[in-house]
Amino acid sequence: MAETLVEVIGLTKSFGSIKAVDNISLSVNRGEVLGFLGPNGAGKSTSMKMITGFLTPTSGTIKISGNDISVNPIEAKASIGYLPEGAPAYGEMTPLNFLSFVAEVRGIDNSARASRVDEIIDKIHLERVAHQPIDTLSKGFKRRVGIAQAILHDPEILILDEPTDGLDPNQKHEIRALIKEMAADKAILISTHILEEVESVCTKAIIISNGGVIFSGSPLELSSKSRYHNAITLVVSNKDVEKTTKILKELEEIMAIEHIAEAELTRVTLIPYSSEVEISSLVKARMADYECEILQLYIEQGRLDEVFRSLTNQQKSGEVIRS
Amino acid sequence: MKGFFPIFKREFRSYFDTPVAYVFIVIFLVLNGVFTFYVGGFYDRGLADLGPFFEFHPWLYMFLIPAISMRLWSEERKAGTIELMLTLPVSLGASVFGKFFAAWCFTVVALLGTVPIWLTVNYLGQPDNTVIAASYLGSILMAGGFLSIGSCVSALTKNQVIAFVTSFMICLVFNLSGFPMVLDVFASWAPQSIVDVIASFSFLTHFDSIQKGVIDLRDIIFFASLIIFWLYLNVIAIEVNKSN
Repeated sequence: MAETLVEVIGLTKSFGSIKAVDNISLSVNRGEVLGFLGPNGAGKSTSMKMITGFLTPTSGTIKISGNDISVNPIEAKASIGYLPEGAPAYGEMTPLNFLSFVAEVRGIDNSARASRVDEIIDKIHLERVAHQPIDTLSKGFKRRVGIAQAILHDPEILILDEPTDGLDPNQKHEIRALIKEMAADKAILISTHILEEVESVCTKAIIISNGGVIFSGSPLELSSKSRYHNAITLVVSNKDVEKTTKILKELEEIMAIEHIAEAELTRVTLIPYSSEVEISSLVKARMADYECEILQLYIEQGRLDEVFRSLTNQQKSGEVIRS
Repeated sequence: MKGFFPIFKREFRSYFDTPVAYVFIVIFLVLNGVFTFYVGGFYDRGLADLGPFFEFHPWLYMFLIPAISMRLWSEERKAGTIELMLTLPVSLGASVFGKFFAAWCFTVVALLGTVPIWLTVNYLGQPDNTVIAASYLGSILMAGGFLSIGSCVSALTKNQVIAFVTSFMICLVFNLSGFPMVLDVFASWAPQSIVDVIASFSFLTHFDSIQKGVIDLRDIIFFASLIIFWLYLNVIAIEVNKSN
């Protein structure tokens, strides 16, 4: 049985009459990366602020490495590394001084401190700006200083609020690689808007909307909710499009056909009635019968952004989906 | 109080990492000079003491101390670093004390800049140095009192201007509470005992007796308990306000 490092039960936060977070429960085990998704204002950051002990929940319990954060806040906070939203840092300090300060507060003793800070600066690639005030750094570097600060004490729990926001594609890739590298012996909770991030780094995903959980499961389960799950896309030359559409429409397994036209070719996506049905052989046979050439064929995994949109929009009409 | 020392150190250094320290110290020393020599008539009195120097401290602190304290918490709130600080494994009390002591030590540093006046008066005559030492102590305690007010007020707002103006007003009330203009408001309807209590909150009265060289335990307790009271309120203000 995997060790549960973060356990949240029935977390609720009200600001006046507004319920920002409504009865959220989740758990993260060692070795897991939980992706926390949801539209802006859904309550992701508020939840993270409570889990890290910054805000006090209206109700619910939070256990961090076995410590209830409302009972033993200092012990609980010691095992968390936290990147708050927007990666705040003391602007007049240099990354070197800032990291040394955090290391000192975190109780890394004098002898180990300098080498630990150097190691992190090296790992996060901050060497070039280590002696420059944080205020003068680019957004990408500021974010990296925030991440460096979070992993400085090698915490067993990492909570990162939009770790790749504002980074360029190379930097995003680097941070994801770093998260994956650390994932094995930590419990990691990241919030993000970027769905490809969920596919590439997360082992579990939770979607919240209007303060409540509307999906909880693996990224694969999430993508299987897509109407495109197990759909197939054919690439055919433009002259064959009409004929292809006509002959495939007659297959009763196919619910809908979508086209994306490019210069010489068209991508024809076939959506089956049920994602359980395997239609590729059927389609191949049909195409061969009518002598239509398939230039390319691939099976869709499902499109996360489409699932995300449909889930978060459905939620407005009050429907709750769990898997 | 784990975490107190690193927080204190960081805060203290931050004054010198920005122009705040230098601007403040220069203005503090210039104003001290102006008050002592021009308004206080340091030379004309023909007395070897620092009376005219210390006499203006309550009024000087009234608007200079809020200028130091206004950033203590409102800046943390505005920049979002408060979230960072309060998720570190440190108690809120340690953070509040750490930042307060840093600001206090900084005012002591500014005050140390006035030591040449002390040396001058020794050069010119034979002042009672114990009275001067007591006055310095009183001045430092009073600065602490003003700072604790300012620190608490700055935890209530993200806006440093509001923090400054509000602290200034509260400091003014504490300065004036021994004066007829404040006491008369109460004297007409409140029992004498309440008027006495209000009068006893005057920084001027407590500072005045220390400044005369009388170090009365009651005055020290007054300032110490005042500081503790406002810092306690400071902790509560952060607890209540951090989510906004």
